[in-house]
Amino acid sequence: MTTEDLTDLDALASLTDRVRRQAYTVVADGSGPVGRDEVAEALGVGRTLAAFHLDKLVAAGLLEVSYARRSGKTGPGAGRPAKLYRLAPAEHAVSVPPRAYRTAAELLAEAVEQAGAEETLYRVARRHGRRTPPGAEVTELLTGQGYAPVADGPERIELRNCPFHRLAEQFPPVICGMNLAMITGLLAGAGLDGEWAARMDAAPGRCCVSLSKK
Amino acid sequence: MSDFHLAQINTARLRAPLEDPSMIDFVEGLTLMNALADRSPGFVWRLADEGGDGTVAAPGDPSRIYTLSVWESPEHLRAYAYQSQHLEYLRRRRDWFHPHGSQAALVLWWLPAGQIPTLRQGISRLGRLQADGPTPEGFTFREMFPAPQLAPR
Repeated sequence: MTTEDLTDLDALASLTDRVRRQAYTVVADGSGPVGRDEVAEALGVGRTLAAFHLDKLVAAGLLEVSYARRSGKTGPGAGRPAKLYRLAPAEHAVSVPPRAYRTAAELLAEAVEQAGAEETLYRVARRHGRRTPPGAEVTELLTGQGYAPVADGPERIELRNCPFHRLAEQFPPVICGMNLAMITGLLAGAGLDGEWAARMDAAPGRCCVSLSKK
Repeated sequence: MSDFHLAQINTARLRAPLEDPSMIDFVEGLTLMNALADRSPGFVWRLADEGGDGTVAAPGDPSRIYTLSVWESPEHLRAYAYQSQHLEYLRRRRDWFHPHGSQAALVLWWLPAGQIPTLRQGISRLGRLQADGPTPEGFTFREMFPAPQLAPR
């Protein structure tokens, strides 16, 4: 293992504590930065204990901190800004024995791009998505695939996590196109394509695809 | 304000002349995407023909097109190119463009704020990237180089 792997292992090992892992999940599921009071309430523990675990997660590099006044008040009497937590952008993976699937994925993506084989990739991705069993509810389906869906009103769903993030940053048209094709396939496989449509809807800080009610 | 801005040129070879029915979505998208670029945060300048269109054909080869533009930072260009409606046009590029194979199709470089690149300079940067790989004189989003530092005055 390399030194870098060991740092990643340290980061992930900080999640072995059950309460801390739940605290991480509460932040990860939040639609924005989350305060210790919300985490304490969700976990049914005291605020001091919640803050302890959140700060451990910051030290491990899994969360980062920001400060904001939550009441909307400003000036004297508005109180101190609250300490808020959100996911850190860094990714952590540890593999024993060493495996380099990301390098392989980068080479394949570059080859697809050079050859202009995007249509084939999209077709493969659509077919792959369609193999999902029917019957799942839309949020359940997308959560299961790691997209962290969040409803934006009753007619639209945004996806807060991109499962292919690093690769999508390097090869946006290829990987985002593949992603759209896969989600389209997933909706068809689950029998939800009569109700929901996926489309390209790129914006900073979330997945490039969103869903709209048909 | 940074002392340096980021220039970009990219190139594509059209599958059909712009007048061809298969190119309608691309041609209609040009106006929209030019307008989007012009109002995007961090946009500085783009090459435009007499009609204001930012997609310019190579002298002597109408199927070879270029866009050339200047941005305040790589983040601004990235937000326009990959985190806006523009991404949908990129996704569909095979409908309109031939694959570029191992040829360099996009190159980025730093230039002093206030300067404007020429098409000829851009094409030469593409050639440089093709010949030497990424260098501070020509690089890509995947292999960035930091902006030069001015010597302290």
